[in-house]
Amino acid sequence: MDANKIRRALHRMTTEIIERNRNLKNLVIVGIRTRGIYLGKRISKLIKELENIDIPVGVLDITLYRDDFSELETQHMVQKTEIDFSVKKKDILLVDDVLFTGRTIRAAMDSLFDLGRPQTIQLLVLIDRGHRELPIRADYVGRFLPTSRREMVQVKLKEIDGCDEVQITEPVEMK
Amino acid sequence: MEFNQKHLLGIQDLDATEIMTVLETAESFLEISIREVKKVPTLRGKTIINLFYEPSTRTRSSFELAAKRLSADIVNFNQQSSSVVKGETLKDTIRNLEAMNPDAIIVRHASSGAPRFIATFCRSHIINAGDGSHEHPTQALLDAFTIKQEKKIFQDLKVVIAGDILHSRVARSNIFCLRKLGAKITLVGPPSLLPLEFKKFGVEIDFNLEKAIEDADVIMMLRIQLERQAKNFFPSLREYTNLYGLDQKKFEKAKKKPIIMHPGPINRGVEISSEIADSVQSVILKQVENGVAVRMAVLYLLLGGKESEASD
Amino acid sequence: MKLLIKNGRVVDPASKIDETLDILIDKGKIVDLKALINAEGAKTIDASRLVVAPGFIDLHVHLREPGQEVKETIQSGSMAAAKGGFTSICCMPNTNPVNDNRGVTEYILSEAKKRALVNVFPIAAITRGLQGTELTDMADLVEAGAVAFSDDGDPVQNSLVMRRALEYSQSLDTLIIDHCEDKNLSEEGVMHEGYYSYLFGLRGIPSSSEEVMVARDLILAEKTSARIHIAHLSVKGAIRFIQEAKEKKVRATTEVTPHHLLLTDAALETYDTNLKVNPPLRSKEDVQALVKAVKAGIVDIIVTDHAPHTPEEKDVEFDKAPFGINGLETAVSLILDRFVNKNIITLPRFIEMMSSTPAQILGRQDKGKICVGADADLTILNLHKEIVVDVHQFLSKSRNNPFHNWKLKGVPVMTIVGGKIVYPS
Repeated sequence: MDANKIRRALHRMTTEIIERNRNLKNLVIVGIRTRGIYLGKRISKLIKELENIDIPVGVLDITLYRDDFSELETQHMVQKTEIDFSVKKKDILLVDDVLFTGRTIRAAMDSLFDLGRPQTIQLLVLIDRGHRELPIRADYVGRFLPTSRREMVQVKLKEIDGCDEVQITEPVEMK
Repeated sequence: MEFNQKHLLGIQDLDATEIMTVLETAESFLEISIREVKKVPTLRGKTIINLFYEPSTRTRSSFELAAKRLSADIVNFNQQSSSVVKGETLKDTIRNLEAMNPDAIIVRHASSGAPRFIATFCRSHIINAGDGSHEHPTQALLDAFTIKQEKKIFQDLKVVIAGDILHSRVARSNIFCLRKLGAKITLVGPPSLLPLEFKKFGVEIDFNLEKAIEDADVIMMLRIQLERQAKNFFPSLREYTNLYGLDQKKFEKAKKKPIIMHPGPINRGVEISSEIADSVQSVILKQVENGVAVRMAVLYLLLGGKESEASD
Repeated sequence: MKLLIKNGRVVDPASKIDETLDILIDKGKIVDLKALINAEGAKTIDASRLVVAPGFIDLHVHLREPGQEVKETIQSGSMAAAKGGFTSICCMPNTNPVNDNRGVTEYILSEAKKRALVNVFPIAAITRGLQGTELTDMADLVEAGAVAFSDDGDPVQNSLVMRRALEYSQSLDTLIIDHCEDKNLSEEGVMHEGYYSYLFGLRGIPSSSEEVMVARDLILAEKTSARIHIAHLSVKGAIRFIQEAKEKKVRATTEVTPHHLLLTDAALETYDTNLKVNPPLRSKEDVQALVKAVKAGIVDIIVTDHAPHTPEEKDVEFDKAPFGINGLETAVSLILDRFVNKNIITLPRFIEMMSSTPAQILGRQDKGKICVGADADLTILNLHKEIVVDVHQFLSKSRNNPFHNWKLKGVPVMTIVGGKIVYPS
């Protein structure tokens, strides 16, 4: 997926969001660290361009809610969750770059519930690569990308990686 | 991220990178202490034992809250408890507690070196909550965290630590910590409580508080214990307060309007006047708030993640 | 049966001998000493390539019997001594009951006679109960067999009492040994006061605590013309007092332990209780000064201050552990490896410090020398043999020795007491 396709996908998903959400003023965007943040900000900007409504964007760090703590080889650096608006009764659009096993989203929802009781939670992902291990599905999908389990899917974004693209790589065979 | 320790026995075992990792991690935990649901599931299922041989309300409850906010189970064992009164040795007490499989034991003990002694035969992660006159690492970490909040940078920061330096584990841990981070430290106190040998720790020494605080960015006052007067370390509390107590009059001499810190509990009117303790420069209550976040960070860094070989 | 030691390098500073000689022993005495001895029917020991010295005498040992036999007994201590190359040991009176009366002295001597492998000489207390206030019946104790007097473990804190003790001892021509420590200055300290005690957060025992008492004792000894022996010297600052006293012909002698010549306060970083001892391990400067003092002859003898404790007593947090280092089975090897084999101290000087001088201090004409008519107490050394110290193989009941796993070259290989080979068994 190249920069153009990414742009079009975001555009398309934004119009879907606007279509399905009657009360846009109640919508808030929460991006999951790290790339979910930038995607969320882009979406917010697009909504502003199309509907002239300001949708706030918050940052969620799910490290403390992971379910695989005792399996991790190395610890993950905990970073700040920065959501300076209340989530109570809001319609939350949760944004992440890749949907895979579904565990990150499960952790994100647990974290959001510890912050308050949202009205609804919708999920937007740029890539859905399949291989779900939990009953989680996205409301808005940029692209479905069938992959084998061993492959690695890497989303690169201009804001931190210098370019927009999606890469699929095979893990290197160790002899 | 760098934190490859099995125990937290003292600041001396940490390098600057590891200290900064604790401080950065603590920032994330500060947020949890403010929001409505002050809990995360991170250490769910872990068992922690608080083993305090010396009385303490604030440090013990700070650790307790830290553990509970991380969803760990924590049990308190204090020195009034029956088995200590019955004369059980420290080693036997630990062996008995170890049989209950705690993931971590937080120890405060009057003997310097006791946590290190425990770590030689106990499988759990050992956290030093204060050993004799030796170290109080989490206090130094939360002090550093508080300084970072207010002053942002440690390099060349001028810190004055005043009081009974000789017997203070808080002083030692802070000296080690702040020096590793690049700060410049001046110690102040009466000569009987501040041997000149302390210069070998890479600090300045001054017996005059007013002079020392002139260019200070941070003033850390230490509690003076009444027992020291009985042993002639100084002739009377009155004389001590006149010379080494921080009050408004002395504070005027501090040109940079430094922040004022104290590990608590404070002796109002002795080492610190009420005015100063309650002044806008005082961050004493912030220290307490930060204490929980820093201790959460320490517990997370020691216990979160796989029990790897990096430990021992 | 007669015993013949052949071909050994006999080194006896007292007789100024250092040559290969045969020694013939009969009925507990040396009966012949020359280059080639033929003795029919004698048990022969080939001492080629070995050094034969007059039996070593340790003037400072704690045997813990009566009263604390779980730590060590006269028997087990003597076995450790024999393995360590000692033929005579002097045991300190801080037992339970204290050796402050002839009953305890006689008990020790009778137990030693029955069970000890080496000569055991009791040192009696200076003051009753080691309380530091009333003198013991010194004449009675000398008659019972006490070879010297000490309150070791404690100083005689009160200067007037010390003066009286010195005056009284003079009339008996006996020896006062003082553990020099001002208890007020040491104030519950557990290690040497200095940079490291501040670093480790452990209460310090200042050098001045030892220095003031050494000075006091030497002044009193000078004034009373009595004999004084300064126990376990550990500080640089006291050396000049001793040197000055000797120059003024005060009858003062002093001793040092191997641990005070080899270990410093920096080692306490591990809080290992096997390093907790009184006087404490001092600074590098003190250790260097002590080594110089040994070479210069200001320090007269080397002792172990063997202080056995049970493993349980030492397996606690640092503050709670009792003071004391076990030393009988490592002392000789430590000095041979670290000083003699490294040419810092000569072999004859070492042997002088281990046997001739202690014998002189005790006033024993029959010991500390190899000559016809002397007691057949011999220490045989192999200067080339290497060992690795293993505390679990000790014959002592105790294990509180900080030299575990040290590789040492130079070992006592045979110990003969009164003509009997007591080690190896």
